[in-house]
This record gives sequence, C-alpha cells and structure tokens, in this order.
Amino acid sequence: MSTQLLTFIFVGLTFVLYIGIAIWSRAGTTKEFYVAGGGVHPVVNGMATAADWMSAASFISMAGIIAFSGYDGSVYLMGWTGGYVLLALLLAPYLRKFGQFTVPDFIGERYYSKTARLVAVVCLIFISFTYIAGQMRGVGIVFSRFLEVDINTGVLIGMGIVFFYAVMGGMKGITYTQVAQYCVLMFAYLVPAVFISILITGNPIPQLGLGSLVNDGSGLSVLQKLDNTLIDLGFNAYTQGQKSTVDVFAITMALMVGTAGLPHVIVRFFTVPKVSDARKSAGYALLFIALLYTTAPSVAAFARLNFIETIHETEYREAPGWFKTWEDVGLYAWTDKNQDGKVQYAPGAPFVGTPNFTDARGVQGERLVTNELTSNDNEVYIDRDSMVLANPEIAALPGWVIALVAAGAVAAALSTAAGLLLVISTAVSHDLMKKTLMPQITDKQELRFARMAATVAILIAGWFGINPPGFVAQVVAFAFGLAAASLFPAIFMGIFFKRMNREGAIAGMVSGFLFAFSYIVFFKFISPELNTAEHWLFGISPEGIGAIGMLVNFIAATVVACFTASTPQAVCNMIDDIRIPAARDIAVD
Amino acid sequence: MSKSEDNYHHEGGNLPEHNEGGTQEPSVKHEVIDAYWKANIRLLVILLTVWAIVSFGCSILFVDALNQINFFGFPLGFWFAQQGSILCFVILIFVYSKLIGRIEDRFHLDDKDHEKKGGEQ
Repeated sequence: MSTQLLTFIFVGLTFVLYIGIAIWSRAGTTKEFYVAGGGVHPVVNGMATAADWMSAASFISMAGIIAFSGYDGSVYLMGWTGGYVLLALLLAPYLRKFGQFTVPDFIGERYYSKTARLVAVVCLIFISFTYIAGQMRGVGIVFSRFLEVDINTGVLIGMGIVFFYAVMGGMKGITYTQVAQYCVLMFAYLVPAVFISILITGNPIPQLGLGSLVNDGSGLSVLQKLDNTLIDLGFNAYTQGQKSTVDVFAITMALMVGTAGLPHVIVRFFTVPKVSDARKSAGYALLFIALLYTTAPSVAAFARLNFIETIHETEYREAPGWFKTWEDVGLYAWTDKNQDGKVQYAPGAPFVGTPNFTDARGVQGERLVTNELTSNDNEVYIDRDSMVLANPEIAALPGWVIALVAAGAVAAALSTAAGLLLVISTAVSHDLMKKTLMPQITDKQELRFARMAATVAILIAGWFGINPPGFVAQVVAFAFGLAAASLFPAIFMGIFFKRMNREGAIAGMVSGFLFAFSYIVFFKFISPELNTAEHWLFGISPEGIGAIGMLVNFIAATVVACFTASTPQAVCNMIDDIRIPAARDIAVD
Repeated sequence: MSKSEDNYHHEGGNLPEHNEGGTQEPSVKHEVIDAYWKANIRLLVILLTVWAIVSFGCSILFVDALNQINFFGFPLGFWFAQQGSILCFVILIFVYSKLIGRIEDRFHLDDKDHEKKGGEQ
C-alpha cells in the first residue's frame, strides 16, 4: 500500500474515533459544556491536559527548531514544561477551590469588578486567537504534505472536524477526545524516535540514545559527532548557544510564566472533583508531557545528523525522494550556486526571505526561485516546521510510520485548537453575555450562545490558518508573552496578596498587556528590520519580552494599589476561603 | 514545629459544629488559615528555589561550567537544559502534592470528609 493511502486510512480512522467519542459524550448542561460536569478523574484530566497542551508547535515545530538551533532550543523545552510547576504550585489548586467556570470569572470576582472581568476577557481572546492561528497552520501543513491537498483545503477539513466535536460536546466531548488524541500523538511521536534511535545508536530509548555512542565505529557519542560535523561545515557547536544569556533567561521565563497563564490550560483544572486532584492532575499532565518533551531533543539531534549525512555533497539528481517531495510542497528549496550539480549545506540563508518559486525547473530538475541569492556557500532552504514530519522519511522508515506521524500531528493540532475554541466560546457566552450583558438568560440560552461563539471562533481561526502571520512556533510564542504580561500576574496576586485591589489589578493587566503587545508588534510588524539585539530593550528579543511585561504588570499594580482603597472585607474572606482546600460554612459552589 | 501550629490544635479542638449555609462567621478560624498559609508559603519557597536552580541556574547561568562535566555522554549543562530540568519539574509537582497533603492533614484542612472535621477531636 502506498504511504498516501495509509495516511488516508490512519487519519480517517482517528477522525472516526474522535467523532464517535463526541457523539457518546454530548454535553447537555452548561456545567458539562464548560467543565465536563466537574467530575473528571485526575489521571484522565492529566492526559487530556497533556493533549490540550501539546500543540502543532510541540509536535511539529519544536524538534525542528531544536535541530537547527541546538542548545538555544532548550528555551522551549524548559519554558513549556517549567510553567507547570508554577501552575501546580501557585494557581491550579486555588482556582479549583474557587470553583467557577472561567479565568475571567476569577478575576471578575476577586477584583469585584466587571471592568477587570472585561479586561481579562479581552486578554484571553487575544491570547487564544494568536495561539489558535498556529494550530490551524499546522493542520494545513500536514494535509498539504501527506494527503496532497492544498494547505487551504487542509485548514477547512481541520476546522470541520473541530467544529463537530467542540461545538457538540463542549468540555466533556473535548476531554474524552483529547485522551484519545494523546494516545495517538504520543504513539506517533515515539515510534519513529525509537526506530531512529536504534538505527543510529542501537539504544531503543531515545532519551538515552542521545548520549550514546554512534554505531559507526567512530567511538563518538551522538552529540560529539554532531558537534564535530557542524563545526566542520562552519556552523557553531550544537551544544553551545548563540543567543545571549540574558535573552535565553528572559525567553525561558516568559514561556514558563506564559504557560501558567494560558487560559485553556488553567480551565482544565476546573474539571477535576477536588483541590488535591488539581495538584495531582498537574503532576500527571506534566509527566505525560515530559514523555514527549524529553524525546524531542533526541529526535532533533538525530534528524539534524541524518539530514546532513544524506544531503550534504549529494548529487541533486540522486537526492532521496523526500527531498524532492518537500520541495514540491514548497518547504524546501535548492539553488545550485556553484553549478556543480551537488547539494552544499553550509551556515546562513541560501537566499533572502522565503522561497519565491517560479513554474520553471532548472538544469537538474530543481524548482527555480526568484529570490536574491546570498554570498555564502549554503544552497539549501529548509522550513524548520518540516523536520519532524520528514524525519521518518529521512531515516527511510516504512510507510506506516510516516502515516502514523501524520495522524499524530493532526491529533496534536486538533486537540489544542478544540481546547482554545472552548475557552473563547466560554469567555463570550459566560463572561460577556451571562455575567455582563444579559444576566437574565437561561442555562439553555447560554449554551446556545456558547455554541454560536465557538462557530464564529472556528471561522476566524480558519482565516488565520489560511493567512498565517509567521512560523507556527513563533506565532505561538507571542501568546505566551501576552499571557505572561497580563493574566498570570493578576491571578497570582489575587491569590497571594490580599492587599491587591481592583484598581491595581486593572492597571497591571492593561499596562503589562499593552507593553508586551506594542513591543512585539513594533519589532515583528512595524519595523522588522530593527529586530536585532542592539535595538532590543536590555538585549531581550520580542519572544522574551513577556518576562519584562510581567514585571511592568507587577510594578504598575503594586504602585496603583498603594494609592487606592484597600480590598473589601468580603473579598478578603473569599481569599481565605480559596487558600484552604477544606470547605468552610460560607462555601463557594 | 512552630507555635502557630500548636495554637491551631488548641483552636481546632474547639471548632463549633454548625452548618447553616448562610452564616457570615466561618467555621475555620483566621488564625488556622494564617498558620496553614505560612507553612504552605515556606514549602513553596523551598520548592520554587529548586525549580529556579535546575532551570535558570544549571541550564542557563552556569551551563558553560557544567558542560565541562561529562554525564552519560552528555555535557552536564546541556543535559540539564534538555532533559534534566524537565524531570526535576515532574518530581517537584508530585513532591509538593505529597507534602502539602501532609500539612493539610495536620491542620485538618484537607478536602476529604470536611463536614465531620469539627467533631473529630
């Protein structure tokens, strides 16, 4: 059977599974729609959280980024896992005790203010849409490469599937679908990693394989060999970083804090029965996530090594089929600078910008580009997002493994997209309609609003997927900066500082958000040519600015809180109540 | 361990056993919550220090020094950045979950069977 047919079968089977689960777990009440009825077992919730969390960026982009940036890629590994420590220790148990449906719910009640709730809703919608655009793009890439449909058609198919189970099942449908998706994506990630680890080192555990000797008799470990190979080609060593220490520090911090402040992750902890379950659930979630995140660096290093060994100094005519397939999709390009018919791989971009293909073919049969060439020796353009998907082909693994990876990537993108759509629709139906604009609506009407909001959100997300503003992981990185600068400090101070009042929290959220937002927009959209270390504030890139935004938030909030009326007694009582797991007589439920 | 906890046991022993949903006077005293909260903060500070050391310390600030050490085929700093820190994060959450559970038991503030707590002592 051809790989393409296998891919159709695998992806099709998983879709049938997801839809089956959605029908079985249809939501009937708002409580089921928002928090799956609040009775999800901590391990199940942990697994669902892991799937919710591991997006197209984790599955498709992360290993690719690490492969091409080596040590510097660690910021994503640590940032996207370390945040769970903050979440489990500082936020999740207290928010579960608080016991409502949404993050704006907490901010609105804790800061006794509809304005604070609305500011939180705006931050949440911004963050979630930035994040979701990356997911839809990821779905598009998988469909275009493996099912050979247009990227836009791929996005539309993905939208259709998510629409079906997110709109019908709400949180209940999403939770159980995500458990299935976790299994699919984890299996799909591990199988090629194990195979490749055995091929390169003989060690079946990829995590250990990364430190093992390469079985080519050289006596070098994988990392040593990779370092040597890269240095020979003029690159920097894989295990050494390029980014400045302050930037690595700031990006890691922004990603960690942002992770803890992402609404679609936080709401997952509203679904477990008890406070202690929220903590355990965060532990299980991170355990399930760590399985993929500790495999990713191995996948990255193996992929880079394999890539160089198969491509560098190879005649283009003899280059393996996968190179040409990815070239046809438009994610690879080769331009024969020295006219020797061989592929040379060297540091630097082969030409300016992303490839601008013409319809013509060159003397070797390669796709010609119209981009202005650079003066370095590099002839290869590689879109980093392709690395994980191409990896099994590069290692010449059988077709079913490739099909499996495609199904896994779709699972990763869909599970995250669904979780995000849910928070957006909840923010609109619950926080905006029920709690602010139309408090008299019934449960049924609220549910209808939730479904309508989800539908609109999917359409907007699809538009973003078709007209994406950048690389999958890059787009996602912005969501973290914004979450770190706005929501995390507001929630954290709400639990840990009784003195923090309405005025302080609003001032903090607004200033943190605006600061991070304008910094990112300035360097990424208004003046991208200035986006270099010497123009950055304290040498911190737009990816890491969330760390400073968080400080801006804390400072603005503290200063304003010092000069305004203190928190009312009733709210102080509520804080006492959420701080302890046991119920008091004035229970919140 | 500390004075505040002794204080709690004294107070806790006299918890009134009333359950009228609407009363303004909570059944758990403020002093108990404050003592529990102090113990919780102490634990949080310790665990978050470990969190910061493995991530920002071993993996970022001191990465070059640690890279001189070979750890099962990895430069140690690089290993911390790409695998070690993640393992520590997982362990930290489970350790917190375990230890805070013990503290809650000691203060009788856990979330199981809380209705009976007042009468137990």
